[in-house]
Amino acid sequence: MIDPERQKILNQVHEHLKTATRLVFLLVAGVIALVYYMLNPSILDVEFKAEQPVVVAEVPLPEYENGIHLATGFKEGENLQLVINNCTSCHSAKMVTQNRATRDGWQTMIRWMQETQNLWELGESEPLILDYLAKYYAPEESGRRKPLTNIDWYELED
Amino acid sequence: MKSRRNFIKRSSLATLGALIGSRIVFGNNLPKDYVPVILQDGDPYSMFKKHKEMVVLNNKPWNIETLPHLLDDKVTPNEKMFIRNNGLIPEDIDVNKWTLTIDGESVSKPKTYTLQELKTKFPQHTYQLTIECGGNGRKEFNPPAKGNQWEYGAVSCAEWTGVRLADVLRDVGIKGNAVYIGYYGADVHLTGNPEKVVISRGVPMSKAMEDETLIAFKMNGEEIPLAHGYPLRLVAGGWPASVSGKWLKRIAVRNIVHDGPKMESPSYRVPCKPVAPGDKVKDEDMCIIESMPVKSLITYPKTGAMIDKGKNLNIRGHAWAGDLEVSQMEYSIDFGATWKPCKLEKPANRLAWQHFSATVSFPEDGYYEVWARATDSAGNAQPMVLPNWNPKGYLNNACHRIAVKVK
Repeated sequence: MIDPERQKILNQVHEHLKTATRLVFLLVAGVIALVYYMLNPSILDVEFKAEQPVVVAEVPLPEYENGIHLATGFKEGENLQLVINNCTSCHSAKMVTQNRATRDGWQTMIRWMQETQNLWELGESEPLILDYLAKYYAPEESGRRKPLTNIDWYELED
Repeated sequence: MKSRRNFIKRSSLATLGALIGSRIVFGNNLPKDYVPVILQDGDPYSMFKKHKEMVVLNNKPWNIETLPHLLDDKVTPNEKMFIRNNGLIPEDIDVNKWTLTIDGESVSKPKTYTLQELKTKFPQHTYQLTIECGGNGRKEFNPPAKGNQWEYGAVSCAEWTGVRLADVLRDVGIKGNAVYIGYYGADVHLTGNPEKVVISRGVPMSKAMEDETLIAFKMNGEEIPLAHGYPLRLVAGGWPASVSGKWLKRIAVRNIVHDGPKMESPSYRVPCKPVAPGDKVKDEDMCIIESMPVKSLITYPKTGAMIDKGKNLNIRGHAWAGDLEVSQMEYSIDFGATWKPCKLEKPANRLAWQHFSATVSFPEDGYYEVWARATDSAGNAQPMVLPNWNPKGYLNNACHRIAVKVK
């Protein structure tokens, strides 16, 4: 049912399959990057800072404040970019930052996500991600019941 | 592995593209009263019409908890009900085409109902039902347990209207070998993979056939809000909230204990026998949580109240006990050395939380904590310390307490 004109075009596409695949990949990557940038506008700041001189007239938005990465809420630390890339594609950063665990505990969570939630293999990034998580989101000893803390005192008017 | 990764890339891109497009293109065609959750992003307080003091634990998936003092209403209003999601909220709900199918090994013949059929064919019932997340209180466990770190507020008692699951199951016809029901909803897996079921849990037939187990279409007299399961939700009070399946599309009547996602160990399970804090527990040694334990909350005043010396303090709150009733409610201002009784009301109906109140006087000025303790009809009381540790951090029913300063 395909007319000869169309068949010709298809053949040409077939001949240039490699090039086309690359172009599609670039396009997809570009769109992902664009969408990601739209959602996390501060992400690119580092890269630009590293490679381009900062224009004096522009005041870049701070990426961190009080040791917290503003776009995600993660604590500032080595390998954070790896953590952001691998851990916030499916769920929010809050899923990580509200939890505390040992290195073993974090690894168990990663295995669970790989076995049941379609998380990919982390390869050589895994030990680096675990380093970050175990250092900045380690458990605190809280005993069998913690004292009440951070009480916001107020006058109770009856 | 590569294809998996590509799938994730493709699906999230498709999702984003579709969402950005639909926002503009289909904006005028949305059904009346339908609130789209664009990009599942944005301001949760306006998007879900939630009280501004609610606490966002997680924004993908959305998990939002309330605070004890916000739960002061006798019946929890929509704006103060916690949100717990395992996946993404469905976005393409067409109530005119919405159906509920009852199938599974133990039905005589599968049957499908439209919303209208459910509403007209069966008698409607309204109950106040306590729904508490199995992981409410997880934040306090030590060593910590993974998951959303709920503190106190993953509990509610709203008024639900619907038809009895039992009436519907009888209409379908259930075989004698039925063991369990399992629900299926319209929510979407976090990866965007349409083949993956987010969560499909259920209850044994005995719980399914109770009068108070509803297929609900109204919450507090209105259509169920989108985040709480619009347009149809299974509601089984007194059990972990995860059995009350949202965006209900299908109920399977099983001849085995239901085996949908999140029924498997260790989800919503605790060690069958007590373990030491931090112990590793084998999957086969974990048992499914059924009725929730006895618990209470002081909802007035908010913690941190300062009062003048010589003045009494009126306290109030709610108490609940899973399938059971609360038979006694007490408070202590001396860390449990002495307990005094609270006034305790009967529940509005079975599985509704009960209201308590007391007038507290303090012997001298200083720092106090008012602790509340409920005891259920089987004689189980709330522990003052954390209850038995479990790997997933479920069932923390330790006494609630508020700080008070007398000056």
